[in-house]
Amino acid sequence: MLALVSPALLVILLLIVLPVGWLAWQSIYHDGFTLENYRRVFTEDIYWRSFALTFEISLAVTIIALLLGYPVAYLANSLPKGWSILILSLVVLPFWTSVLVRAYAWLALLQRTGVINQFLRYLDVISEPLALVHNTFGTVVATVHILLPFMVLPLYATMQKIPGDLMLAGASLGASPSLTFVRVFLPLSLPGVLAGCTMVFVLCLGFYITPELLGGGRTVMVSMLVSRNVELYNQFGAASAVAVVLLASVLLIFFVVSRVISLDRILGQK
Amino acid sequence: MTRLSPARIALYVISALVLVYLILPVLIIAPISFSSARFLTFPPPSFSTRWYQQYFSNSAWMQATRVTLTVALLTVVIATPLGVAAAYAISQSKLRIMRVIHIALLLPLVVPIIITAIGIFFVYAKVGLVATMPGLVLANVMLGLPYVVISVLAGMQSFDPAQEMVARSLGMNRLRSFFAVTLPQIKSSVIAGGIFAFISAMDETIVALFISGGQYQPLTKRMFTALRDEIDPTIAAISTLMTAASFMLVLLASTRQKGSG
Repeated sequence: MLALVSPALLVILLLIVLPVGWLAWQSIYHDGFTLENYRRVFTEDIYWRSFALTFEISLAVTIIALLLGYPVAYLANSLPKGWSILILSLVVLPFWTSVLVRAYAWLALLQRTGVINQFLRYLDVISEPLALVHNTFGTVVATVHILLPFMVLPLYATMQKIPGDLMLAGASLGASPSLTFVRVFLPLSLPGVLAGCTMVFVLCLGFYITPELLGGGRTVMVSMLVSRNVELYNQFGAASAVAVVLLASVLLIFFVVSRVISLDRILGQK
Repeated sequence: MTRLSPARIALYVISALVLVYLILPVLIIAPISFSSARFLTFPPPSFSTRWYQQYFSNSAWMQATRVTLTVALLTVVIATPLGVAAAYAISQSKLRIMRVIHIALLLPLVVPIIITAIGIFFVYAKVGLVATMPGLVLANVMLGLPYVVISVLAGMQSFDPAQEMVARSLGMNRLRSFFAVTLPQIKSSVIAGGIFAFISAMDETIVALFISGGQYQPLTKRMFTALRDEIDPTIAAISTLMTAASFMLVLLASTRQKGSG
């Protein structure tokens, strides 16, 4: 049996474990051991500001995705099978469109001469085009769009497991629909909320394409810091240290959350 | 629940708006790609296929398309058997270490892709695989493996291993019994996994940004570079074609999965 997994395992070891190990090594070794790269990451302004911005954006994206995703998952869960399949198909449809293509679509929609600005001017709502893109706003709009399926799917999976009888029991005991929702349904759906939020937050921490294309150079998320250090400045050690800190954050979050709900539950939906 | 309360109506309205938000960007590209305008105008002034002609007559775009298709096909051909073998072993073996291996095979989904990308770039730089076809294919095999493993593991769950035992007790060896008994029953999940690996390779951008170059640049890398400079509707035409290809493949995969329970 081990022989059967070994080719796949070898690919994983050579192409992800070794490269990540290499980064870790490179972050502390340059003609001798040094913690200089980490000192820079933790003390220099541009580094920790970028980390702070990335965590802020990820938090905002997660909260917005939860607020948008919960009603959709709830509706899909409460409708008959055919409708719920339709809603879920619409949710995963964008999922199978390249992230790059969707970033392009948002550029087309949001830019100064884009669809939304032209439409609003046509309606005479605005006289000057709104700055909807090349800023944090555009980044968040497109990032939420890309990550929303990762929120809706675990939410829906958890809601499916909540027995409908419980809601009826609540109602028969005299609770109003909103009270049964708050006291019965909402608490039981929390594992799904946690799974969805974890996935969205963690994926957002490492997002690259949307901030790069829609952030207008001002929204420097950690991933861009990594790529600029490699591509523009040849600061391989610094790039590696940033990558290691980012990866450590991601693994720490997975570890903490996995104490509460199983890892399968977080990763289960794809 | 049948009576429409205000809360229920609000739920419908909010969900409808969210679904529009999800679908609109996917649908907006096609009309742009068929517009005659050089710059983005909406609604499009008139119908035209000039951006498609531009795409098909441009040798750089065509070369990039060949690279993308070759990489995606090779990825499927390599990642599918590796993933099937691994998923089979994970589902059949009682060894403790299999749980660790299972998690290891899902690593490409967990490690932020930008980290994977620069890590591979550094390793490739040492061994001379930057800007080569084998380098690009290998990276995509790694990225596609989890999809095959997840899909086949799901397929194996509904398969009864006793059937394979029967075949073996009748004198087939393990390999033959796998091909004769097991594989036909998990065929749809294998095909679905392969299709997802293909789409993953076709859409992959970030790793390609760092490790591809010269004549071995896939479509996504050229698109990314073009997008940074200016918005050319040729990109809309390519995007529309890529999206259409993805959707057809997903449709194929999902009808496949439904075909056998």
